[in-house]
Formats: sequence, C-alpha cells, structure tokens
Amino acid sequence: MKKYFSRRYLCIPYCIFLIFFVVLPVIVIFYYAVTNGEGEFTLNNLSAFFSSGYAIGTLLYSIAIAFTVTVVCLLLAYPVAYILAKGGIRKNNVLLLLFITPMWINFTLRITALKEVLTAIEGNIAYYPFINTIIGMTYDFLPFMILPLYTTITKIDNTFSEAAQDLGADSVKVFFRITLPLSVPGIISGVMMVFLPAMTNYVILDMLYNSTFIMGSLIGSYFSAYDWHNGSMISIILLFIILAANFVTDRFADGNAGKGRAIL
Amino acid sequence: MKRISYVFFLILVLMFLYMPVFLLAVYSFTDSESMGIIRAFSLDNYKTLFTTPELRNMIAGTFGLAIVTAVISVILGTSGAIGAFYSKRGIKTFIDEANQIPVVNADVVTGFAVCICLIVVMNMRKETFVPLIIGHVVLAVPFVYMSVIPKLKQMDESLYEAALDMGATPFTALRKIVLPQLASGILSGFAMAVTLSLDDYFITTYTKPATFDTISTYVVNATRGAQTEIKTALWALSTIIFIAIALIVLCMNIGTGKERKNV
Repeated sequence: MKKYFSRRYLCIPYCIFLIFFVVLPVIVIFYYAVTNGEGEFTLNNLSAFFSSGYAIGTLLYSIAIAFTVTVVCLLLAYPVAYILAKGGIRKNNVLLLLFITPMWINFTLRITALKEVLTAIEGNIAYYPFINTIIGMTYDFLPFMILPLYTTITKIDNTFSEAAQDLGADSVKVFFRITLPLSVPGIISGVMMVFLPAMTNYVILDMLYNSTFIMGSLIGSYFSAYDWHNGSMISIILLFIILAANFVTDRFADGNAGKGRAIL
Repeated sequence: MKRISYVFFLILVLMFLYMPVFLLAVYSFTDSESMGIIRAFSLDNYKTLFTTPELRNMIAGTFGLAIVTAVISVILGTSGAIGAFYSKRGIKTFIDEANQIPVVNADVVTGFAVCICLIVVMNMRKETFVPLIIGHVVLAVPFVYMSVIPKLKQMDESLYEAALDMGATPFTALRKIVLPQLASGILSGFAMAVTLSLDDYFITTYTKPATFDTISTYVVNATRGAQTEIKTALWALSTIIFIAIALIVLCMNIGTGKERKNV
C-alpha cells in the first residue's frame, strides 16, 4: 500500500516560490540588461557602463571604499576575536554577545547616532566624506567581521601552538606560522561579509552626506529615473562580482562561519 | 601586563560600538536638538514618539510587516526544508542553490530585481503590499530554511516510521513527531526573519507603497528633512530599541545558562 502523501511534496510551495520570486527576478534583470526600450537585443548597456568615465569612477570609488573598510574592520576585528578566543580571559559567550549585539539594532538608527557624534566632533561632517564613510561602515559592519573570525579561531586546537612553543618558536612566530594560517577561512568569510555590503550599502553614504556614488547608489539613481535597463545592467555586473567572489572563496571558507548573518 | 592591554583594547572597541547609541540615549532625555549642548531633562521626545500618529503608524507598520514576514517565512521555509530533505537529489540541489541566491546577493540587487519582476513585469500594484511582503519573505525565508535543515539531519527517523506503523496519518505524525524535533531550528529561523525584516532598507524602498514607511526608510528620510522634533523623537525610538534588544539578549543568555546547568 503506497501512501498518497509523501513528505517530499511539502517542498512544492517553496519550489514554486523560489522559481517565481528568486530565480525569475534574476532572469528578468538579465533580460532587461541586454535589451533596450523596444525589447531588442543590445549590448549597449554594457558598453555604456564601461565607456562612461563616471561609471568606472564609481566602480573604482566603491572598490576603494570597500577595500579600506575591509582592512580597517579586519585590523580591529582580528585582535578582538583572538583575545576573546585565546586571550586567556575567562571563556564566556557573554563577552562575544556584547560585540555582536549591535548587529540587531536597526542600522539606520545606529548611523543616526554616529552622525550626531561625528557632527558634535567635526562640526560639519560633509567636509570629510571619505573618512566619515569609512568610520560609518566600520561601525556598521564590524560585528559581522568579528563573528566568523571568532568561530574559526576558537576552533583552532591549542596543541598546535603548544607543540610549536615546545620546539622553540617564540610567540610571534607561533602566531604567524600557526594561528594566522589556520584562521584564513574565518578571514575570508569575514571579508565576504564586509566587502560586498561596503560596495553596495549606499544609505550609509547618503546619511553621512557623502555625495560621491558607490555601485549601490547607481542602482538607486537608475531606479528613481525609471531606467530599468541600465539599472539591471549594474545589478548584473554586481551579481557577477558577487558570484565570482563566492566561487573563489567557497573553496577556502569555513562552511558555518560564512553564514555569519545566520548565527543568532 | 599582556592581559591589561588585552582588556584595554576590548574596552576601546566596545566604546566605539556602543558610545554613539549610548550618548544618543542620554541626549534623548533632554530637550537639546543636537549633541554637545546639554540643556534640561525632558521627556518630550518620548511624548512625541508615542503621540504623533505618523510615528506610531510607522512603528506599528514595521513590526506588523516583520511578524507577517516571519510567519510566512517559517511556514514556507520549514515545509520547504522538510520536503527538500526527502526529495530526489536534483530537486534538493535546485532548492539548495536557489536558496543561496538571496543570501549571497547584495540587498540592493535583490530589491531591484524583485521590484522589476513583480511591479514592472508582473504588473502588481505596490499599494496592495504584496510586492513588499514577497520581497521581505525572499530576504528572510532562506535563513529559516538554513536553520531547519541541520535539525532534520539530527532527527531520529525511526520515530516517524513508528508513528506511521501504529496507525498515525502522515499529517499527524508530521505534527506530533517531526515538528517538535525541529522546534529549535524553526524558532531561531523565526527570530532571524524578524530581525532581517526589521533591519531591511533596500528591499523596502524598492517595493513599498508610497504612503507606507518602515523604521529604516523613515529614518533615512527624516535625516534629509529639517524637522528637529521628529529627529529627536527618533533618538527616543533608538533608545527604546537599544534597551529592548539588550534585555532580549540578557534573557536569552540567562535562559541558555540555566539549560546548561541542567544538563
């Protein structure tokens, strides 16, 4: 007697949802990216992007912003994660929680708070757009870097560094030859968690009065101009960057640490 | 010495992370309009926050949307995860891969793509809230799926078989045997869906009705405007949310601490 109901049928609604609202939108923006207003196939949108100095400038500016923010986050987050995981301070999840709690507070409210502080310090924050954007993004994304680093470093077996010490390595050497190489998966996950949002989160720039554009703001401005075709092209370009980055890092990254946003 | 410098560094980073929100909380209880000028203690900001209809609707709308999003995401994600777990390889791979798209994708791109697909191509009307809810579910449901799948892997399969052998219908067995074993995964998926929806800005701006605002879109618009009364009322909102989250984290921690002692 075969049952009429099988548990595998339960995935039908989700399958339909994924096809219509996740996969189809990607196909649609791909279609829009390679067509013009009359629905004819064209690569003009692509060549327009790469021949416009303004668009290329925006791409370079986003990379500069994202790179700087990632490096600053890494330099701040690595010692924090290391101290929490191996610093000999009583191992306690409460301390880690203190560092990642900010990610649950609405980011626009947190940036509002930061903006008030920066205004009180600098007077007019519009005078230092680049540095303020770096501070703003570091402030927003730092917890997302700390979490994957902590998860990876805390898993590193202490016996490795003890063995190295027994064999005569000093602590600097132990760190650079043992701990740092073993924490590479966490570094890669953290970099992914910070670099891509830093290229696209244009609201932080907006709120801190930075009038220069990043890749995300291009989509925003095409959206407000009802220019679906160029907006789609930018989205596709970003999507390719994201997929390429994921493809490369999937080989190195620690499966769990990569989902930093998913750990509650 | 090493320990002291460690602790010192941690405190510095914590100050960077918390000082702005903390200072804003202090100033929210005064009548000053910008930081640096301390005047008198006042609860006006809190009064404005709770008595201005525009602000009240915006807050209620944000939380309403988050709850609706989380409920739909939990139903869709949990059934999807159970279904996918027992499906043939091809279908499971498709779901796993498609599920990753919104996770790795930039929120701007997800929001833009959903907007073009639903509003421009499928001609849905923003005023119906349908695109907004679908957009938020797209963002949140993959995380429900990802938190339920590990629980399915840990589940004891024989219990379900036993229930069927003893005459339970598959639905009863699912409800009484499978769902309780997935409860912790479903719960953390729900919490994640709520946080993602509350924090979202990009998908909301691209799909929301013109007259509707969530906290994120409202705050961004308010920073552009010049209404200081609204601006400082938002300080009060920030403070309340900060305290609420601190309390939730504290409770969660006490809860898990007790569990550990019992084990």
